[in-house]
Amino acid sequence: MSSSFWPLAVLMSSALPGLVIFFIPETRRTLRSLLNIGAALVKLQLVVLLLLGLYAGETYHWQWSLMPGLTLALKVDALAGLFLILSAVLWLLTTLYAIGYLEHSPHRSRFFGFFSLCVSATAGVAMSANLFTFVIFYELLTLATWPLVVHRGTPQSLAAGRVYLRYTLISGSVLLLGAVILHGLVGTPDFVPGGYLADQGVATVWLWVVFVLLLIGLGVKAALLPLHGWLPKAMVAPAPVSALLHAVAVVKAGAFGIVRLVFEVYGIEFASEIGVTDLLLVLAAATIVYGSWRALFETDLKRRLAFSTVSQVSYVALGVALAGPFGAIGGLIHIVHQGVMKITLFLSAGNYAETLGIHKVSEMSGVGQRMPWTTAAFTLGALGMIGFPPLAGFVSKWYLGLGAWEAGANWVLAVLLVSGLLNAAYFLPLLYRAWFGPPPPAWPQPKTLSRVFETHGLLLFPPLITAMLVVLLGLFAGLNIATLGWVQWLIHREFGL
Amino acid sequence: MTEWGLALLVVWPLLWGALTMVVPARQVTVAGGLAALVTAGLGVWAVTLSPQFLVLGNWSTPLGLGWRLDGMAQSLIGVTAVVGGLVSVYAWLDKGLPPTFWGLWLGAWGAMNALFLTADVFHFYVTLELLSVASVAMVALTPGAGATRAAFRYLLVSLTGSMLFLLGVALLYGRYGVLDMTLLAAQMTPDWPSMLAFALMTVGLLAKTAVFPLHGWLPQAHAKALTAVSAILSALVIKAAFYGLMRLWLEVFGPLATVSASWVLGLLASAAIFWGGYQALKTARLKRLVAWSTVAQVGMLVLALALVVQAKAISSVPSVHLWQGLVWLIAVHALAKAAWFLAAGTVQKRADSDYLAQIGFALHRSPISVVAMALAVISLAGLPFTMGFLGKWWLLSLAWELQAWAWLLVSLLGSLLTMAYGWRLLNLSLVNRGLPQALKPVSVARDWVALCLALLGVMGGFGGHWFWEGV
Repeated sequence: MSSSFWPLAVLMSSALPGLVIFFIPETRRTLRSLLNIGAALVKLQLVVLLLLGLYAGETYHWQWSLMPGLTLALKVDALAGLFLILSAVLWLLTTLYAIGYLEHSPHRSRFFGFFSLCVSATAGVAMSANLFTFVIFYELLTLATWPLVVHRGTPQSLAAGRVYLRYTLISGSVLLLGAVILHGLVGTPDFVPGGYLADQGVATVWLWVVFVLLLIGLGVKAALLPLHGWLPKAMVAPAPVSALLHAVAVVKAGAFGIVRLVFEVYGIEFASEIGVTDLLLVLAAATIVYGSWRALFETDLKRRLAFSTVSQVSYVALGVALAGPFGAIGGLIHIVHQGVMKITLFLSAGNYAETLGIHKVSEMSGVGQRMPWTTAAFTLGALGMIGFPPLAGFVSKWYLGLGAWEAGANWVLAVLLVSGLLNAAYFLPLLYRAWFGPPPPAWPQPKTLSRVFETHGLLLFPPLITAMLVVLLGLFAGLNIATLGWVQWLIHREFGL
Repeated sequence: MTEWGLALLVVWPLLWGALTMVVPARQVTVAGGLAALVTAGLGVWAVTLSPQFLVLGNWSTPLGLGWRLDGMAQSLIGVTAVVGGLVSVYAWLDKGLPPTFWGLWLGAWGAMNALFLTADVFHFYVTLELLSVASVAMVALTPGAGATRAAFRYLLVSLTGSMLFLLGVALLYGRYGVLDMTLLAAQMTPDWPSMLAFALMTVGLLAKTAVFPLHGWLPQAHAKALTAVSAILSALVIKAAFYGLMRLWLEVFGPLATVSASWVLGLLASAAIFWGGYQALKTARLKRLVAWSTVAQVGMLVLALALVVQAKAISSVPSVHLWQGLVWLIAVHALAKAAWFLAAGTVQKRADSDYLAQIGFALHRSPISVVAMALAVISLAGLPFTMGFLGKWWLLSLAWELQAWAWLLVSLLGSLLTMAYGWRLLNLSLVNRGLPQALKPVSVARDWVALCLALLGVMGGFGGHWFWEGV
């Protein structure tokens, strides 16, 4: 059975409320919040129904012809489902958080409007059924995120926005060029497991050129090594936006694009046959080590987390580039697991900044005594990142390790080990200081946001929930409904096992 | 019936244009506005007709005057109807316009419709001249010496362009003894009178289209004009001259439009894209920025023309969609530029200043206009999801098929430049503002007209299917 209505419904469930929100007067806080949360719940519900349908063997496909040979096409397959469920769950939590975070700041309707558009663009990226559609939503994501990055309107955030646009728009043109050339070579058919380039008789030179162009386009958002510069700068954005950039949407769109490119445009076997996965493997490995190394020396908490993202997102690319089922499982799981862990860390960091005015790592001494719940969430996120069993990060790393072993790439094992040690080196001292360090006589800018909890309830619960997910996704990885089960099912199809 | 309808397409606006000159000043807006809306309706009706060739007054072609309603003419008439109609609504809402505006605007509209329809190079010259006179007069409507100077400069360039064009027409008549475009195209041989005519007529039209290095008159004229006039000039009037270039290069002088000739166009276009973009990045004034953007975007159109000429010269390239792409780009630019000029004019009015440094607060208080400008910039830069994106995709695909790497690179860089100078404006609207300033009251309906135009430039993309496969 095939249904064309559902992909469109998922897209519209956040786009239409987003457009309405723009027109809600600044003061109508309740109306706006209800609309926002209602839309997020509807979207989550739709996505869950879609996933159940997928499991039952339904297919979902919608298309609209734009030009001869070019269609705007959406489909929901297992891979799209993975990204959709991640963004739907995290959108709901981030929306709740943002409502608390932005309580008294100006331009909230503008903020939530663009926020919803961002999530719609992300859903579009996830559901794009061909490269042309992917380029459209990928660029829309850039455009919808920019007003959020510069939301505060301060000189620093405007400067960060400028850097962000420079990187993303230039890489966007490169992506477009790659897509146009590929269209000229073989047309633009739908993404298909196993790829569609293998028997087309295209010269290897062109396959390489297109791959490099597309990789540059995707690599900027995925923060691959020479193209990562915007991400640490963009951390001046408000905390919910950081969550959006680092966990829900932007870097994920890049990583997800790399997965589609290797799995469903080139095809894993064909990609490793012509050698493009080797390039990706080397870049990913270098980024993993470099990001961790830089994170070690950052004194600003959010900047440290940003470099940690640079490193962690490349695990996805690494898993893909290993070109074997185990590596692929590790990489794909990490799309979800990294998202859940990193959003926990960024939301907790946002709580420190909002409640106590803590921005620097050095100011975190003893914060665990003042804000134990937030610090507990932060700790789970950080331990997950390091890869402690049985947390979510461990599952991804385990499969990546197996993948490296399977591919006979022992140096990748070394990279994973070094990165794990570096992760521990930049997170563990910080955790130790937070829990056991002496609290300062006075916090930088303390605020009383709640009489019951250590901070505003809407700020506290989202990171607590995601921290619980970090534990649950690790503990119950083997269940069918958990990420691992889903990804194994997916990989069976991609590799034709 | 159809014949009369098409005649009305030209006669109606011309007649009403003349009538508004004698209508009492208080009723001019209503009379002119209604006449404009009817003209727009006629234009939309013309798009629905099947392509046809008409001979006016039953004189057959070497002697008589031919009108040709083909896909290219229909598309341009349609674009003019939609954009002209909405700009007329804006002008209706603008209480500050002098009554003479309506006569001139309707006259220009009638001239454009005739120009799109005509199949005869001399008649083309006549309509072009009529259009130029009306346009120059519209620039001169702005009070002040600056505008008069700009209008005078425009007049000189425009007259020179017309003279060159007319000289070319004379040469063609002397050489072939016919003026009909189809007949000329059929007999065209690459000898020196034809080449000279080709060069003269091209230069004349390049000046009127404001293609680098003959663009000098445009930024002044378009920036100084009243807002509705700026939109008309930038979105429509220069397109009429560009339409002439299309007819000459793709049709009349087909055998002379070789690959090497297309290189000349391409080089001029590249220079226009970079110089216009650079000036738009540098200027301190709002409407000047939009006007310089027109110089750059005209470059983009000419670049596309160069590619199409090249594709026609190398017949091995599948010529599925050539002029369709050009027309598509014209529509993109017409909608986006009209939206941008109208929005900019509204903001300028509200801030009572044209300096970028002083309009921040007005931008802040004109969210509808800011969105209109943002959508216009995105469409011009060829970013999704807009008509401009499909246009860019078509352009890049064509460049790729022709292996025209230089032009491919230029058009990509041109898009980035567009975003860069568009960013200057959009960034201003997001800057945190301190103290509120006093703003002039301007009806918010005017913001909405601009947004309508911009939204058409977005939604039009969804209708691409019918255009590309229909015409």
